[in-house]
Amino acid sequence: MKADQMIPSTKIQRHFTWLLLVAVVMFLAACDERPWNDPQLPSPDGLATYQSMIISTPPKHLDPAISYASDESLFTMQIYEPPLTYHFLKRPYELIPGALVSLPEVSYLDSSGKVVNEDDESVAFTRYTLHLRDDLHYQPHPAFALDASGRPEYLFETAAAGERYHQIPDFPHTGDRPVHANDYVYAIKRLADPVIGSPMLGFMSQYIVGMKAFSEQVASLPRDQWLDLDNYAMEGLEVVDELTLTITIIGRYPQFLFWLAMPFFSPVGPEVDRFYHNPGFVDRNLTLDWWPVGSGPFLMASNDPNSEIILERNPNYRDDFFPSEGEPGDLEAGFLADAGKPIPFVDRAVFRIEKESLSQWTKFLQGYYDRSGEVHSQPAGLFDRAFQIGANGVELAPELKEHNITMSPDVQPAVYYYGFNMRDPVVGGYTEKKRKLRRALQIAFQTEDYLNIFYMGNGIVAENPIPPGIPGHLEGEAGMNPYVYDWVDGVAQRKSIEYARQLLAEAGYPNGRDDITGEPLKIFLDVQSQAINNTLMTWIVRVFSQIGVQVEFRPADFNRTREKMLTGNTQIFSFGWSADYPDPENFLFLLYGPEGPLECACDGANNGNYANEEYDSLFRQMRILPQGPERDSLVARMVELFRHDAVWLFAYYPTEIFLNNSWVHNNKRHGISRATLKYVRVEPDERAKMQNRWNQPITRPLYAAALILVALALPGVIAYRRRQKATARHAQE
Amino acid sequence: MLTYIIRRLFYAIPILLGVNLLTFTLFFVVNSPDDMAVSQLGAKYVTPEAIQSWKKKNGYDRPLFYNPDAAGSGAVTETIFFAKSLRLFAFDFGRSESGRDITTDISTRMWPSLAVAVPSFVVGIWVNICVALLVVMFHATRLDRWIVFVFVAMMSISYLFYIIGGQYLVAKTWRLVPISGFHAHGQFWKFLILPVLVGVVAGIGSGARWYRTLFLEEANQDYVRTARAKGASEIRILFRHILPNALIPILTGIVVLIPSLFMGGLLIESFFGIPGLGSYMLDAIKSQDFAIVRSMVFIGSILYIIGLILTDISYTWADPRLRLD
Repeated sequence: MKADQMIPSTKIQRHFTWLLLVAVVMFLAACDERPWNDPQLPSPDGLATYQSMIISTPPKHLDPAISYASDESLFTMQIYEPPLTYHFLKRPYELIPGALVSLPEVSYLDSSGKVVNEDDESVAFTRYTLHLRDDLHYQPHPAFALDASGRPEYLFETAAAGERYHQIPDFPHTGDRPVHANDYVYAIKRLADPVIGSPMLGFMSQYIVGMKAFSEQVASLPRDQWLDLDNYAMEGLEVVDELTLTITIIGRYPQFLFWLAMPFFSPVGPEVDRFYHNPGFVDRNLTLDWWPVGSGPFLMASNDPNSEIILERNPNYRDDFFPSEGEPGDLEAGFLADAGKPIPFVDRAVFRIEKESLSQWTKFLQGYYDRSGEVHSQPAGLFDRAFQIGANGVELAPELKEHNITMSPDVQPAVYYYGFNMRDPVVGGYTEKKRKLRRALQIAFQTEDYLNIFYMGNGIVAENPIPPGIPGHLEGEAGMNPYVYDWVDGVAQRKSIEYARQLLAEAGYPNGRDDITGEPLKIFLDVQSQAINNTLMTWIVRVFSQIGVQVEFRPADFNRTREKMLTGNTQIFSFGWSADYPDPENFLFLLYGPEGPLECACDGANNGNYANEEYDSLFRQMRILPQGPERDSLVARMVELFRHDAVWLFAYYPTEIFLNNSWVHNNKRHGISRATLKYVRVEPDERAKMQNRWNQPITRPLYAAALILVALALPGVIAYRRRQKATARHAQE
Repeated sequence: MLTYIIRRLFYAIPILLGVNLLTFTLFFVVNSPDDMAVSQLGAKYVTPEAIQSWKKKNGYDRPLFYNPDAAGSGAVTETIFFAKSLRLFAFDFGRSESGRDITTDISTRMWPSLAVAVPSFVVGIWVNICVALLVVMFHATRLDRWIVFVFVAMMSISYLFYIIGGQYLVAKTWRLVPISGFHAHGQFWKFLILPVLVGVVAGIGSGARWYRTLFLEEANQDYVRTARAKGASEIRILFRHILPNALIPILTGIVVLIPSLFMGGLLIESFFGIPGLGSYMLDAIKSQDFAIVRSMVFIGSILYIIGLILTDISYTWADPRLRLD
């Protein structure tokens, strides 16, 4: 038979054989020593690589002037080095010098600029003097590369001249230089540049002298090309010498020190800014927002926001060492085993972008991720697979115990709450009757059960807006809310439902009915749709039915819920707040009157519109006081007012349990700072051994599948052959 | 034919305008420019000035459709709709709300999408046609009825079940392939095995059943009986006679999909961590990035229109009696 007459089935068989051969060759090519299901590319030889993941979406911004989300600080805090940082081990959280030789020198000035005492009433300004270390050095980067004449090598006149460069590694030459005080000044000027759009512009303009004027000045300038901000002065900034600068702020604001530990105040070299303003660079995503340039322990080696981000050790990073002291218990927990050793320990960190929890969790269990998460511990819904409730509380599931996985519990410096709208005609107000109504609802809502049922106990009941680890948080009887709990035998015991009913009756709602109209009391809960489900709604309805109160839910998306809060169109709403810095001011301002959206007609943080003159006055005093007994007593009084007025229905501090594979060390979690990658140590050989042991493929299903296919095909083939050979008579039969 | 294609391309303009208008309206019904600003700036310390500044920087400080403050044609042109939509027709997608160049992102992400979609599509069609032809061979037998029952059962099962079941069995329990991920270099194909397998298996129920129906219509035609009477084997009848004659309805279903392969699959890419255009779209919806959503819907519409034109052209190839005038 000629080839062109060959019947199609034979052609198909030939193609199929060819495909099979290709598949076998590819399969054999894959049969190296690594497991078949290994999703990672092999690390370059000899480099200690930390394998991790980020959940859902990649970071949007890595420009230190813009980046604010915690997912983003996971990267910016490894690449940039702000003036201050946090002690890795000590609790309560402690600020320590980062890029500085010591903590900033603080001096106070009157309105004429004369230095006065700290407690002088004429204090109009505070000046911070920052002394930089002399060994700070930028990472190698093409922005610093110079040609033979000493001019920047990569400055292009046209977009076409630089069009062959698509990523930073495409540039053949790099350079570097020491960090100067002016780089910090330049970075603060960038915060003020409205074209950059820093979220800090509005907030910091209230404090840094001359920032608003600077912003208005540069806003009026033509921006068709790069604007060298060094040509314009900001009154509150001064470069004293190459390693010293001063920042002057309006009035007193002790919390300003905490802001100096955030990436917003990291150095940015003017030549880096100039480099990224090359024509056409932004069209190829060559921007500071995607390719940060810093002096921190790591540099950005690869930024593929579609799949992975790779950091590598910055060869120019200053001398840095693992801390030699921590909080009590750290020595026993092994957190000081590396004390005094040079850091960072890992050479490379790979962060894969994971969209789905099953994949993320499976890869962690297979040993392809070193830890169960960075910003969040493990995906919701998989918690019950990881843990079980044992004699000592939450314990690891047997599967995890076999893998020698360790746990790192972490109480986050955050508070989640359901708040009352204090301007609501039913639950709001400051009369004794209204307080009793709110307290009755507080008592009825069993927060302990709520956490146990819906969060597997992952949370601590909050009786105070200030979470653990932050000054002002109280434990024991002093930490108990006496309007909701009684102290019985050394334990806080929630007041009885009968007492809640009594309070409700005294509030004018006997048995949950208005004593004038006879109408049942119905409360409305505004919650974000994704934060509520039928089970939770049923539980809440049942909880309040104990005191005869009816509940109606008004779920909506984030934008609509926010809109309701801004317009005061809520009765009870859910909200959460994570600390920017470890100071009670950062939580107590959630109740500060002028922060109420209806008061300020702005997106204020006091969503319940709580207004108490005494509280506001105390807050104003407290926010400018340094840490100490005087401040503590003001904080305690404010907390008492918060409890007395029953401002929130309930609140809790979220806790998480991070999991670590056995080859990862120094896993202590830091609730505030993400600059902790440099402390992490891994054992790559142990990891490779375990990955091989845990991931041996099970090939029997392949053989079984082949057999099933044959078993299915065989009767068909037999029937077909019989049919082909059948005579007309046999076929009819 | 050229006249026909040009005419169809002109018809596409009002369709694209309509799609654009619809997308724009739907998006801004649930998201105001202020919502977008808050979403991009973060939930903390967002001052009204910051929102205004963001809107100005990103071109959302104008009215949506009609600008009463502008004179003449400016009332229409100085609006968000006009400013954001017109440039799409020049294939200038601009930047995403987070500042990345959309054209660059799309040109990077279409390759992983194609890497999954093309083999899933080709293997899927091949398997479905083969299975359907074999089932047709046993038409009106007990085997045929059982297979149809299995097809209906497979059609009724959610796509998610195939994905999660495949990941659980093949990747997690048997550890034969990675559960998710993608690398553009190295052994990238090992990341494709499971998504392609899932895509093919999940499509067998509906695909093979549809082709079976088409083939059965042809199997009762006179030319088939003639071929059989002349002694042609069943395989030859199926592949040389029935398949070519059933091509027109098959082409209707599949050619229109070919250009859309660029767009990837939302579920497959999301669950298998494929950094393609499907997950790009999903991320944009989640993060309320209207610039990306608008661009992707626009590209999707164009590809669909191209698919329809290609389908018409393919008819002339499958059936020489047809002419496009």
